[in-house]
Amino acid sequence: MPYFLAYEQFNDLIHALNALGYRCLGPQVQDGAIVFDELTDAQQLPWGMRDTQKPGHYRLQKSELNEAFAWANGPQAIKPLLFKPKESLWRVERDATGAFTFKETLPENKPIALIGARACDLAAMAIQDKTLLQGKYIDQQYRWHREHLVVIAVNCSYSGGNCFCVSTKTGPKATSGYDLALTEIQNGFVVEVGSDKGRDLIDSLHCNEAEAAKIAAAAQRSIDAANMQTKRMPKDNSRALRDILMNNLDHPRWQEVAERCLSCGNCTAVCPTCFCHHQTEHPTVDGDGSVHAREWDSCFTEGHSAIHGQVVRDTTEKRYKQWLTHKLGTWWDQFDSSGCVGCGRCVTWCPVGIDLTEEMAAIAGESNVVADKKEKSA
Amino acid sequence: MEEVKPRIAIHKFTSCDGCQLAFLHLGEDLLTLAEKVDIVHFVEMGPINPTAKVDVAYIEGSISTPEEAKRIREIRANSRYLVTIGACATAGGIQALRNFADTKSWMQAIYATPETISTLDTATAISTHVKVDYEIYGCPVNSQQVLASLLSLLQKVTPTARRDKVCLECKRLGYVCVMVTKGEPCMGPVTHTGCGALCPSLGRGCYACYGPAENINTDSLTQWLSSLGLSDAEIARRFLFIQNSAPGFKEAGLKLQKKKAS
Repeated sequence: MPYFLAYEQFNDLIHALNALGYRCLGPQVQDGAIVFDELTDAQQLPWGMRDTQKPGHYRLQKSELNEAFAWANGPQAIKPLLFKPKESLWRVERDATGAFTFKETLPENKPIALIGARACDLAAMAIQDKTLLQGKYIDQQYRWHREHLVVIAVNCSYSGGNCFCVSTKTGPKATSGYDLALTEIQNGFVVEVGSDKGRDLIDSLHCNEAEAAKIAAAAQRSIDAANMQTKRMPKDNSRALRDILMNNLDHPRWQEVAERCLSCGNCTAVCPTCFCHHQTEHPTVDGDGSVHAREWDSCFTEGHSAIHGQVVRDTTEKRYKQWLTHKLGTWWDQFDSSGCVGCGRCVTWCPVGIDLTEEMAAIAGESNVVADKKEKSA
Repeated sequence: MEEVKPRIAIHKFTSCDGCQLAFLHLGEDLLTLAEKVDIVHFVEMGPINPTAKVDVAYIEGSISTPEEAKRIREIRANSRYLVTIGACATAGGIQALRNFADTKSWMQAIYATPETISTLDTATAISTHVKVDYEIYGCPVNSQQVLASLLSLLQKVTPTARRDKVCLECKRLGYVCVMVTKGEPCMGPVTHTGCGALCPSLGRGCYACYGPAENINTDSLTQWLSSLGLSDAEIARRFLFIQNSAPGFKEAGLKLQKKKAS
C-alpha cells in the first residue's frame, strides 16, 4: 500500500536517513544544471526548476509549477557514485628487505542515500550490476559502493526533449531497484516501498497511507510524462538493432557522422551504463611505493584501443561505430539486453548535438520520432 | 661505494620562465627528488653548469635566435634524454605568431635600433631542430606532469601521457559543460588533457593552452562555434593563440583566415 509524504515531512526523510548513518545526496541547481550534492534540507531542492533539452543544449528555467522534481535529469546521477570516475584499486609497498607487499584498497566513505534518481537511472544501475557484479570477476570497489547505497527514486512527471525511455521500456515510472519511490503530486509525494530497508524507513516516518485519489493523481503524472516524449529509439531498442547494425558496418552514415563527431568522449562519460576505464600507476617520489588507480576512459580515445603498440581504432568513424554497435548491438550478446536506457544524456551533452536515435534511424530506416507526435508537428 | 645519482638539467630558451616553476612548485617532493637525482643546471633554482653531461635535460622555450639554434644542438649532444616542457618548447609558443608575419617590418615598427637585435625570422619548437625524446604539453606545464615523466625515466619506464580531450577530464571531475549549459565557446573538445580542466572548473570555456589532443575535428568544432555566434575571425583567434603553430590548430586557424580573405 502506497503512503503519502507531505512536503513538510521531507526533512524527516533526510533526518531518518542521516540517523541510519547515510549521507544524503539530492538534486540541486549548480552551474546551470541539476546536479547531485549534499542535501541537508528540502529547501536546497530545485523548486520550480525545469530543464529544456535539445541536442547539445541544456538550459534551466523557473517553471510555473512550484515542485521540487519538475525537471527530467542532469548530466549525471548514480554512475559516479558506484563506478567512480577515479578510484584506487590497490597499493604496493617495498619494505626494508626489498620485498613487495600488495594491498587492496577498498572505499572508506560514508554510505550514501541518493534522493531523486529516475527510472532510467535505476535501469542503468541494473545493467551496471550485471557488468560489474556478475560472472567470474566481481568489481570489489563497485560492490562496496553498491552495498552501501540507498536509492530514493522519484518518478518523472515531465520528459525532456531528449528523453525516450518509453521506447526503451525503462521509464518514466520506476519498477524496481529502489528502496522508496516517490511521485510528486499536490503538496507532497505518493511513496511506494521497494525493499526491506525502504519499509523500515517509511515505518519510522509515520506517514499516512495514500488515499485512492492521490494514488490516481500519481499514476496520471507518469502517464503525462510518457505522453510528452517525442523521441524514440527505432525498433523500440530491441535485439533487432544488433543485426541491423552488424549488417550495416559499411553504411555511408558512419562516415557522415564521423565528420561531425569530435571524438571527445562526452557521450560515454554521461552514459549511465558505459563502464570503460583505464588504469594508471602513481609511484611515490622515493620509489618505495605506488598506488594503482583506475579512471573513466572511453571508446573515443586512442588509448582505449591501443593494443601492443597499435591503435586499433585510429579514426573517428571506427570509434563511433564501436560505440553505437556495442551500445545498441553487441551489448545483447554480452549482457542479454541493450546498453541504452533512453535517458538522452549522450544527445544533450554532445558538444555538437549528435543524436544517437537519429543515427540509428538513418541506419535502420525507421523514424526516431514518436508516430502521433509526427502528425501533430506536421 | 656511493651510488651514482642520475644527473638532471633544466634549460631555458625563448620563454617566460613559467614552466620551470613546475619543478620549484613540487615543494616537499623536490627535497625527496633532490636525494634521488643531482640537479646540475637549473638557473632559476641556483646551480649553473650549462655544458654539463646529463641523463635528462628538460627544455623550456622555443628557438628564436641564432645563438639558441646552436645551443640546443650542444645540449642534445650532452644529454641522454631530452624532454621538452611547455607550449614554447613543443610548438613555438605565443611568440610563434611572428611566423605568420613579416618579422623585419615588425622589428622596424617596434624597435628604435632593430639592427642591434640578433633574431631569427621564426620562433620554432625544439623538435624542429633536434631529436626530442618526450614532449610535455601545457602553458604552463604542471608539477604532476614533470614529476611523472622524471619518475618514469628513473624507473627506466617510457613515460606515457593520455592525449585525450579536456572534456573527459571535465566529466571525471564532475564539472558541468559550459558550452551545453551556457553556450560558452569552449576549446575543450580539441584540447589536450593535463590541466585538470582548470578553466571549466571556474565556469569559463577552455582556451586551448595545452594544445591539440589526438584525433581532433577542428572543422566540426568550428561549425558549432559559428552556430553559437562567433565570427570566423574570432574562431581563428582561438586556434591561433598560445598553441598557434601546433599541428591541427595552425591549419584550422589559417583556413578560417583564408576564408575571410577570399
